[in-house]
Amino acid sequence: MAAQADKTFSEKILGAKAGKPVVPGEIVDVTPDLAMSHDNTAAIARTFQSIGVRKMLDPELHVIVLDHCSPAANEKFAAIHQEIRAFVEAQGIENFFDVETGICHQVLPEEGYVLPGRLIVGSDSHTTTYGALGAFATGIGRSEMAVIMATGKIWLRVPETMKIEIGGVWPAGVAPKDLSLKIIGDLGADGALYKAVEYCGPTIREMSVSGRLTLCNMTVEMGGKCGYVEPDARTLAYLNGRARGNFEIVTSDPEAAYSDHLRYDVTDLEPQVACPHSVDNVAPLRQVAGRRIQQVVIGSCTNGRLDDLHAAAAVLRGRHVASGTRLLVLPASAEIMRAAAADGTLLTLLEAGAILLNPNCGPCMGNHEGALAPGETALSTANRNFRGRMGCKEAEIFLASPLTCAASAVTGCLTDVRELLDDPAVLQAVRGEE
Amino acid sequence: MESIHGKVWKYGDDINTDVIFPGKYTYTVTDPAEMAARALEDLDPQFARMVQKNDVIVAGRNFGCGSSREQGATCLVHAGVGAVIARSFSRLFFRNAINAGLPLVQSAAAVEALQAGDEVTVDVAAGQVHTPRGVFDFPPLPEAVIGIFEAGGLLPYTRRSLGLDGGD
Repeated sequence: MAAQADKTFSEKILGAKAGKPVVPGEIVDVTPDLAMSHDNTAAIARTFQSIGVRKMLDPELHVIVLDHCSPAANEKFAAIHQEIRAFVEAQGIENFFDVETGICHQVLPEEGYVLPGRLIVGSDSHTTTYGALGAFATGIGRSEMAVIMATGKIWLRVPETMKIEIGGVWPAGVAPKDLSLKIIGDLGADGALYKAVEYCGPTIREMSVSGRLTLCNMTVEMGGKCGYVEPDARTLAYLNGRARGNFEIVTSDPEAAYSDHLRYDVTDLEPQVACPHSVDNVAPLRQVAGRRIQQVVIGSCTNGRLDDLHAAAAVLRGRHVASGTRLLVLPASAEIMRAAAADGTLLTLLEAGAILLNPNCGPCMGNHEGALAPGETALSTANRNFRGRMGCKEAEIFLASPLTCAASAVTGCLTDVRELLDDPAVLQAVRGEE
Repeated sequence: MESIHGKVWKYGDDINTDVIFPGKYTYTVTDPAEMAARALEDLDPQFARMVQKNDVIVAGRNFGCGSSREQGATCLVHAGVGAVIARSFSRLFFRNAINAGLPLVQSAAAVEALQAGDEVTVDVAAGQVHTPRGVFDFPPLPEAVIGIFEAGGLLPYTRRSLGLDGGD
């Protein structure tokens, strides 16, 4: 029977939750294992209260991270944070991380909440990030989160699954972000619409958890419902000492049906850049090289991990940010910031003229710090370059890898890192470490 | 539900949530009238000033891509938008619109036929769009979520299912 056929990871995870075999296109009512919200918890709490339920069904289901404007930029944000802290206290939510902790999409993996086989929803589109550790994780709306607080339930459509198989040998100066931009440029902003995207192949097996998090983070930029990497020894090493609770690895069966099967080879990949004003407007960097930039951002939930900061430091060591350009460095979490302080990375970046910001989402969405002025151009490692995204609709945003961003900060214009650094050993050393 | 009759505002592909409702407002602008005044601010500054109740947005592929922000749908509801017709919708916008009770029509033919300023009628019950250039059928919502839409959105639906009717 076809219904008994091999299944993809998403059909298996959603089927287990639904208590029956499921097929793509089917809509199921499920209770997630984890539900993440951030500064939008204030609005969610108000909606929750408007439903007429006094106490949330299961406070242990929820994780709340204050990160979108941390610490508060003004009185309005301060009041939002205050409201959330009071709600957390009143509802007895223990999984709460205040403004000092970091960006939710880094904090949840780091704190061991993201486990293989888990069904995770978040009131944030980049919840797709968690698939890097083998979870099924997707974004939902605020009202839906309020309803989960009240009932524990949400409807989800079982997605078709797209397989993207990646092989080849990384060239110097090219990173997982370049691969992600290349794929999104090829497929378009709706190329994976409603689909689960499973990344596999030898290059994924050799990729650090950090690189996998970058790929899954960016998956929503091509419309994907979730990203996924089959857990392996690297996953287990990352989870060791972090995992909160037991877990069971869920993988796609060998004969599972995929809606698409794409193959990429990184061997000839060159540095990529997403040009204004959409993430799928991707070009090889060389086509836009030389474009003047006033601001560079290295960090965010996409590329603010230790290996990203190491990559930036390798380029910036002994160099200086160009006059007329400002470099903002934004580690993804306090844990990463401490590690980068302990190993000297932050000092290297600061000596190069970087402005160090605490971990938060502000600059990526024009909430807090690092806003652009009309006519300015920014280059960022973040995940979105929509018009107005960094607070100004008359500004332009390019997206690239930490290596490209660091090199461009040095020259003040869009620059191929391989032209700045002719030592391939340095370029190889700064990619793929754990 | 009754038919929606209004004027067409036409836009292109990949209209994202940041141009529908800018990120910088997502935590601080909560009043419905103020949200309506910000709708499509970075896409079409005329829109919020000129939109009339039951006007219809017509767009290309992947309408509402980007953020999970619910205000992408609710600011349109507050602005009086009666329906959105598009070639396709991002999954988060699709969810948020159903949850806000905003009718969505997926019909490439209707998008093709409609021009900015046209008069259009969306008959949700019949699954038809009436345009100056013909009548086009569109598929109904999935059965599993029709109840949410028919209840007027996720919150009334949830209240009803919890026996908490009479909230608002």
